[in-house]
Amino acid sequence: MSTVEAPLYPIAVLIDELKNDDIQIRLNSIRRLSTIARALGEERTRSELIPFLSENNDDDDEVLLAMAEELGVFIPYVGGVEHAYVLLTPLETLCTVEETCVRDKAVESLCKIGSQMRENDLIEWFTPLVKRLAAGEWFTARVSACGLFHIAYPSAPETLKTELRSIYGQLCQDDMPMVRRSAASNLWKFAGTVESAHLKADIMQMFEDLTQDDQDTVRLLAVEGCAALGKLLEPQDCAARILPVIVTFSQDKSWRVRYMVANQLYELCEAVGPEPIRTDLLPAYVRLLRDNEAEVRIAAAGKVTKFCQILSPELAIQHILPCVKELSLDSSQHVRAALASVVMGMAPVLGKDATIEQLLPIFLSLLKDEFPDVRLNIISKLDQVNQVIGIDLLSQSLLPAIVELAEDRHWRVRLAIIEYIPLLANQLGVGFFDDKLGGLCMQWLQDKVYSIRDAAANNLKRLAEEFGPDWAMQHIIPQVLEIANDSHYLHRMTLLRAISLLGPVLGSEITCSKLLPVVVNASKDRVPNIKFNVAKVLQSLISVVDQSVVEKTIRPCLVELSEDPDVDVRYFAVQGLQSIDQVTMSS
Amino acid sequence: MINGGSETAVAPVGGSQPLDWKFSQVFGERTAGEEIQEVDIISAIEFNRNGDHLATGDRGGRVVLFERTDTQDHVGHRRDLEKMDYPINRHPEFRYKTEFQSHEPEFDYLKSLEIEEKINKIRWCQSSNGALFLLSTNDKTIKLWKVQEKKVKKVCDMNVDSTKAMGNGPIVGSSISTSSKQYIANGGCTSNDFSFPTGGFPSLHLPVVTSHETNLMARCRRIYTHAHDYHINSISNNSDGETFISADDLRINLWNLEISSQSFNIVDVKPANMEDLTEVITSAEFHPTHCNMLAYSSSKGSIRLIDMRQSALCDTHSKLFEGQEAPGSRSFFTEIIASISDIKFAKDGRHILTRDYMTLKLWDINMDSGPVATFQVHEYLRPKLCDLYENDSIFDKFECCLSGNGLRVATGSYSNLFRVFGCSEGSTEATTLEASKNPMRRQGQATSRPSRSLGNLSGVVRRVKGADNSGVDANGNAFDFTSKLLHLAWHPTENSIACAASNSLYMYYA
Repeated sequence: MSTVEAPLYPIAVLIDELKNDDIQIRLNSIRRLSTIARALGEERTRSELIPFLSENNDDDDEVLLAMAEELGVFIPYVGGVEHAYVLLTPLETLCTVEETCVRDKAVESLCKIGSQMRENDLIEWFTPLVKRLAAGEWFTARVSACGLFHIAYPSAPETLKTELRSIYGQLCQDDMPMVRRSAASNLWKFAGTVESAHLKADIMQMFEDLTQDDQDTVRLLAVEGCAALGKLLEPQDCAARILPVIVTFSQDKSWRVRYMVANQLYELCEAVGPEPIRTDLLPAYVRLLRDNEAEVRIAAAGKVTKFCQILSPELAIQHILPCVKELSLDSSQHVRAALASVVMGMAPVLGKDATIEQLLPIFLSLLKDEFPDVRLNIISKLDQVNQVIGIDLLSQSLLPAIVELAEDRHWRVRLAIIEYIPLLANQLGVGFFDDKLGGLCMQWLQDKVYSIRDAAANNLKRLAEEFGPDWAMQHIIPQVLEIANDSHYLHRMTLLRAISLLGPVLGSEITCSKLLPVVVNASKDRVPNIKFNVAKVLQSLISVVDQSVVEKTIRPCLVELSEDPDVDVRYFAVQGLQSIDQVTMSS
Repeated sequence: MINGGSETAVAPVGGSQPLDWKFSQVFGERTAGEEIQEVDIISAIEFNRNGDHLATGDRGGRVVLFERTDTQDHVGHRRDLEKMDYPINRHPEFRYKTEFQSHEPEFDYLKSLEIEEKINKIRWCQSSNGALFLLSTNDKTIKLWKVQEKKVKKVCDMNVDSTKAMGNGPIVGSSISTSSKQYIANGGCTSNDFSFPTGGFPSLHLPVVTSHETNLMARCRRIYTHAHDYHINSISNNSDGETFISADDLRINLWNLEISSQSFNIVDVKPANMEDLTEVITSAEFHPTHCNMLAYSSSKGSIRLIDMRQSALCDTHSKLFEGQEAPGSRSFFTEIIASISDIKFAKDGRHILTRDYMTLKLWDINMDSGPVATFQVHEYLRPKLCDLYENDSIFDKFECCLSGNGLRVATGSYSNLFRVFGCSEGSTEATTLEASKNPMRRQGQATSRPSRSLGNLSGVVRRVKGADNSGVDANGNAFDFTSKLLHLAWHPTENSIACAASNSLYMYYA
């Protein structure tokens, strides 16, 4: 044991705590590894700290994860890029642990470090590491190796490049499906660094091997990367090598593979150019839209707008629109919901006439859907249609749909529609809103569920922002203030909540003349919960109104409350008084 | 009939020659008159993939691991040894490795239900980095366990002499932690107020960690729960190494090993109205190599094969296997004894073994007209079904297993007996063994038909506790319904069987 000078004491403790028994303390210490490194200096960090960390590989996963992350940004603390290689050793051991998130983080950090290392160092240190991992006894090492090739490859000399490609090819045929999955999902990254001649030969061979794997999960990941891979190839090569695979996959026996294709198809379109889209990808996509597995239709329906954006309007109307009509009547509510969440976006693509003629009936039928999510999804994207055809054509159907959602028996549905009210108000305009929706906004203030009442108060604030104080004075304030006489104390509490939100929006004048008297009145409520909320609201209004009003109205009211028999009321009243004093002092 | 593939080479004695079973080991043997503790009764047995480890679970929620000792010393040279021209005269021997408490009794307050800690099933996962992984489940909760050697660390040579610096603080850990918090709370003086010299502070050094011994540690890595309304009867790992299923009476859920927060329901046989319920799921297993295929058995004696590629919800099976019932033999018990208690795929993936109350059936998945072989397990009990019904024994769930080469099958019975049948073409092998140190003492009956041969067993009538549960049949044979051999497992590569007789684990080899 040695003694440490007083100023170094905290760092000394921090270092000792790297080996504390309590995981939280170790974690804290690891998070501040950079401080420790600076205290030890670059040289001793290299010669002592890094070896020390390398041996620390059987710690808890949380600690290892933190260590993997810290080491990724450690280059400055070991003396810069020329010493970066010393960091590889601890990260290599972390690449072999069995917890996936630690390995992933270690790979990420290795990539970060590798991309900064000098070319010679990469050849001398990084590439051997990749080879060691790829030949690892346990599958965990080989899984990690797959994510490192794209860093090692570019700087390697020709012979080494050949070797690396051949090693990757072996990983694509590893015994363990986990390794093949990792190889499949990292293939496009590696492919991005490989020269185009080898890309067409070696990489495409690996891709084809992976696409014929026995395990569905491997084929899935091969599909996932194919769009990225396709973009690396020339359009004609992509059409020749990737397209047939995708078309085959779109008819794969496994619905999960088709699901993946449905998600990826539009991205691939960008890589192949217009002609193959029309001849191959469009028919494949139409098949997926009509797939007999609902999950596949969900994925396909969710991409319908993106796909239409790639196609010409004529093709979209001719081929996609009939499918959209079918999907809007699909037996699965989730398919209809997925469609409803994007279908409004088709309006700008198809143009005004086609939208009115073809899409509008679909919108209207979805607005009447029995499943609330479908209606909500339509309403949430209203702005996209508004730009194309105006809201009038929709508004007749819109209102019943909104009213029905507003009264849905599931409070989460009511909550969702409340959140769209400001958007609707903005789209529909003041006139429509006043007539039809104003009543609903008041109704929600007295909902039986707290979250709805709270959202309703917030909604009023957003409406006041949208339409301005004058409108609010006329259409919100009178109705809201009436709640002060409600017999239910929870409703009166909602009123206070609304006032505290509206005050800052409406400004000093309205607050003083209309809102404040109601609050002061409420301070004489018989329910203590109301009274301490009055104290809280008054506190929030201090910054809204003038100093004179604070002294004349708010302070006396708080003083009175501070002598209340209820302890909570007194507590919040005193808090309010204190903040008045703070404001006065600072001004 | 079954092509054992590469395994046939290792089993030259295979074929139709009956195996000569010998006692190998026993763990937890009872002494005479010792009372069995309920919690000690073994409720699950499972070998890992290469047969180097064996796990048992018990009613007390514990999992006990055993490791193979006869191959351990020369792991590295095993291949060389096999090349040598010696006859293989060793047999698997195991030793106790470790044990841990996997499940604790719980109480579900929402449903006012007690959840027993009893381990229903154990399944091994892919091991990595020298650590063992296994899934264990009770009625409701599945847990992933990692068992690994951990270094026992001794930290010394700290910067701060804790005893000196902290004065009278006797608890080192806690006093350091409070002091460090205080420093951090003081505005991080370590990072701001300090200027670090380029060479660092020479007086600071890292703690030295010494470790000489290692310790086996079992850690629960994940808990998969709240997904089953009914009791979990099976769990099974997928060949993709990424997913597993869990089955209860009405549903089968699919999990990712790394994600415990969600699972997908892939089979749901719950009718809209529970009064329409006629059939429940009794057991489910993944195909050994095809990741998309799984089979489940039902209380009506049928097996359904499912292809997960067809649809996200697999309520419609792709193949159905049902046994034909013999005409005219219908009785009150027909439906009860038809219920399948266990289902196992053979290693080749082509055959399925099922156990119902009276028989073992072997099915070929390419032939859905009926089983390719049926083995009577304890036909002499048929006249006794009424008694078995009355004491609930008829609902006992016997497990079954196949040898690694697929040439033999085994299952348990009452009186601590278990039976091994040869299922290769033309084999008449049908051995009855007793889970005791002298397994072959009932061998006399094995060659002749079981129903008759029991006649000469009167010599082995034992004194049995609980007269209600034992009986003597017309020939004077005893059967003890309390000593039932429900759980057994066949070593994946050798002719070795581990079976549980209440709290004892018996191992045999041939």
